[in-house]
Amino acid sequence: MTVSNNVGDWLDIGPVSQISPGNARTLPVRGGEEIAIFHTLDNQFYALVNKCPHKQGPLSQGIVHGNVVACPLHNWNISLKSGEALGSDEGCVPTVPLKVDAGRIYLLREAVIPSRTARKAA
Amino acid sequence: MDFQVGNESRTEDGAVILIPTEGVREHLVVVGNGMAGCRAIEELLARDAGRYRVTIFGAEPHVNYNRIMLSPVLAGEKTFEDIVINSRQWYDENDIELIAGDPVTAINRAAKTVTSRSGRTVGYDKLLIATGSDPFMIPVPGKDLPGVISFRDMKDVDTMLEAAANGGGAVVIGGGLLGLEAAHGLTLRGMKVTVIHLMPTLMERQLDEAAGWLLKTALEGRGQTILTGADTAEIYGEGQVEGVRLKDGRDIPASLVVMAVGIRPSVALAREAGLDIGRGIKVDDHMVTSDPDVFAVGECVEHDGNVYGLVAPLWDMCRSLADGLTDRHTGYRGSVTSTKLKVAGLDVFSAGDFSGGEGCEDIVLRDASRGVYKRVVVKDDKVIGAVLYGDTADGGWYFDLLRKGEDVGEIRDLLIFGQAFASGGGQADPKAAVAALSDDAEICGCNGVSKGQVVACVEAGNCTLDAVRATCKASASCGSCTGLVETLLAVTLGEDYSGERATRTVCKCTSFGHDDVRREIVAQGMKSIPEVMHKLHWSTPEGCSSCRPALNYYLLCALPGGYRDDQQSRFVNERMHANIQKDGTYSVVPRMWGGLTNPRELRAIADVVEKYNAPMVKVTGGQRLDIFGIRKEDLPAVWADLNAAGMVSGHAYGKSLRTVKTCVGSEWCRFGTQDSTGLGVKIERMTWGSWMPHKFKIAASGCPRNCAEATIKDFGVVCVDSGYELHVGGNGGIHVRATDLLCKVATEQEALDYCAAFIQLYREEARYLERTAPWIGRVGVDYVKSRIVEDDEGREALRARFLFSQSFSQEDPWARRAAGEDAELHQHLAEVRPMEFAV
Repeated sequence: MTVSNNVGDWLDIGPVSQISPGNARTLPVRGGEEIAIFHTLDNQFYALVNKCPHKQGPLSQGIVHGNVVACPLHNWNISLKSGEALGSDEGCVPTVPLKVDAGRIYLLREAVIPSRTARKAA
Repeated sequence: MDFQVGNESRTEDGAVILIPTEGVREHLVVVGNGMAGCRAIEELLARDAGRYRVTIFGAEPHVNYNRIMLSPVLAGEKTFEDIVINSRQWYDENDIELIAGDPVTAINRAAKTVTSRSGRTVGYDKLLIATGSDPFMIPVPGKDLPGVISFRDMKDVDTMLEAAANGGGAVVIGGGLLGLEAAHGLTLRGMKVTVIHLMPTLMERQLDEAAGWLLKTALEGRGQTILTGADTAEIYGEGQVEGVRLKDGRDIPASLVVMAVGIRPSVALAREAGLDIGRGIKVDDHMVTSDPDVFAVGECVEHDGNVYGLVAPLWDMCRSLADGLTDRHTGYRGSVTSTKLKVAGLDVFSAGDFSGGEGCEDIVLRDASRGVYKRVVVKDDKVIGAVLYGDTADGGWYFDLLRKGEDVGEIRDLLIFGQAFASGGGQADPKAAVAALSDDAEICGCNGVSKGQVVACVEAGNCTLDAVRATCKASASCGSCTGLVETLLAVTLGEDYSGERATRTVCKCTSFGHDDVRREIVAQGMKSIPEVMHKLHWSTPEGCSSCRPALNYYLLCALPGGYRDDQQSRFVNERMHANIQKDGTYSVVPRMWGGLTNPRELRAIADVVEKYNAPMVKVTGGQRLDIFGIRKEDLPAVWADLNAAGMVSGHAYGKSLRTVKTCVGSEWCRFGTQDSTGLGVKIERMTWGSWMPHKFKIAASGCPRNCAEATIKDFGVVCVDSGYELHVGGNGGIHVRATDLLCKVATEQEALDYCAAFIQLYREEARYLERTAPWIGRVGVDYVKSRIVEDDEGREALRARFLFSQSFSQEDPWARRAAGEDAELHQHLAEVRPMEFAV
């Protein structure tokens, strides 16, 4: 892997206070997938690619309950922890490793920034 | 160099050599005379009392006292003497030199010495850093004014007592454990206390939303003002604090401000000395820092990525340290923490992880009459978290199950009832447990119904839950025994029990139907979503995407002007005030009263379409213009442009009044009988902005040719020569339904009055997401007539309630967003731009 020296390299997204509990905000990525960062009412943070596995609805705009978001287009329930569709629906959206440290949100850089080859293809 | 204390000596040629000064005892110097430093020494003394010579430096001019007990001192329940842990005598008896009121300001690791503020330099063989933590002061203007303090030591308590003696107002910034204790103490001391908390619920680190709400309600009952979701803008005053101003403009006068927003490990000294620092001083499992002769314990430490602010981990660390210093090397493995505390006499407990997640199951018990909330989180048959409010007796038991990772599969169904139930009964099958109950065992506490009475009721032919509720009243009040009653139905009827209820519940979070919930909201005067969930025994901590919007609407309807709309309980379109499309962009429909427009509005719309590159504009079925393809971040600017031309939100996105469709009527049409266009405009002016159970469409036609298609609308007016025919309950959707004729009225004013009354009846009695067509199908048009046509007084009261409610709802939501409200809903957090994309 050419990016192995990047393992553990985190992108600083800014203070946790930018996302109020129960809400999500978005992070567009040039040449990559937009990411949605969620702050649950239980004060946990999660990051997913901002696309429902069903019809690519923007998950950031859904209602958050527990650690689940209901997609705004067709109400599929997506687990914020695993990205998987819950109940009888099937599908999975990629999650992005996230950590909170000293009040700031960090995303794993290699999961955010697309690889060189993927970018060339795009 | 001239050492005052130490184990160095000089040879005759001046070189410093190290020789043991007191036999073979090594010198252990402790920086910090607090709970961690002294506890470490106690643990050490217990293992090997003679091993080290000990010197302790402390910043405060006191012996070691119990910092956790500062709250009772503030509250007047204890004196300083009561909270002393180690008296002078202890230091003397154990031959410990205490240097109090003289903090260490430098460590020289090469020379193995520490130097204090007064200039005293002491050599060490082993050094223990136990500097604890510093209160975090939020960087707002005025934070350095006299009268702005933290709540960390005895000096802060003295300042608070002094302020309290003069009475007046106090502001506590921070609704965590420490802040609430300060607020409680100051309240008992007679101050008028306001707590400002940034997050929407109190103690969000320890408590979930439901428990946080209970705590807030209880504290408010004790006279404190609790402002949640409140952000401090500045602290002001001339030479002394005079008050706090919030970012939303609110102003709270105060002669004392206590900042209790959090603590930070105190690492300045260690960093200065070149030790490895993360969030705290980094230590290994034996509390050794990056220097093998320097140790650290307590809140200043980072172990395995964790920093602790509670007392239990600190004891664990001190044990491991003392083991290491006496060659036992057990090693610290990190701590699982629990919080059990009393705030203002209220019992609260939390432990472990209660954030939920994959494979996690919430077991929730709510007992509204006793003010009890219990939640246990189970994963793979193990307890992984618990939150208790009001009754924390079983906190220790849950914490024990959690720490030991015990398998609770066997007692899963009785777990929530506590240790006495779960370990005593031994009935693994809840059905068998219920069957084994004696006939006089009470099932429904609210209505005093015994098991025998429920069984008799079922045997008499009441085979559904609703029938039982209607007959013997079991589970008809608070509903918390619904599960028991259903089990009794199943046990009594065996295979005959259908298991289906006549009335569908709101969602899987509750056993109540929509009508029950609405009735109880009004009867009990409930005011917030967490309150409804608590009093009606919701089985999930924060509801789901079905019940949250429903409860939000019911509260909004029940409390016009008195309810704060919960954005997190709104579907995307209502939260964004636009219609989401399949590609994630939005469409925007400005209001055009009665379908009328003018050149100014058309120009503004045309300009918006060009300026924001909207790919499509379309005339809608409701006679409006719909602008497609607007990005969420452009919405506020689009609205500002439309506002500038005098247009407001068209609510094409809401469970609300959508449009009033009109034909041209008597003003232009050769067949027109009345001014239907003018009436349509008047109706829309009266009804716009109102929230409803579902979307609501109106039309007004000028003659029975009915060009406005009024007979497939929720409310339709068909003008005739002699007056106005009023129609209700039409729908042009999946199931086309023509309207029922409600009545005929003579004047335009009556048409308006009946319209307002009908809408209010629908708002108050239909279920959330029930259009007028199925609602009238359910209750019958005769019922609607009896309320609107046959009851003049009732109609007038409904109309008055509608207009009162409208006085709060006719503010353009677009204008508020355009002015910057809730900007974070529209803006991206940031943008990631890899190097080769950089401009």
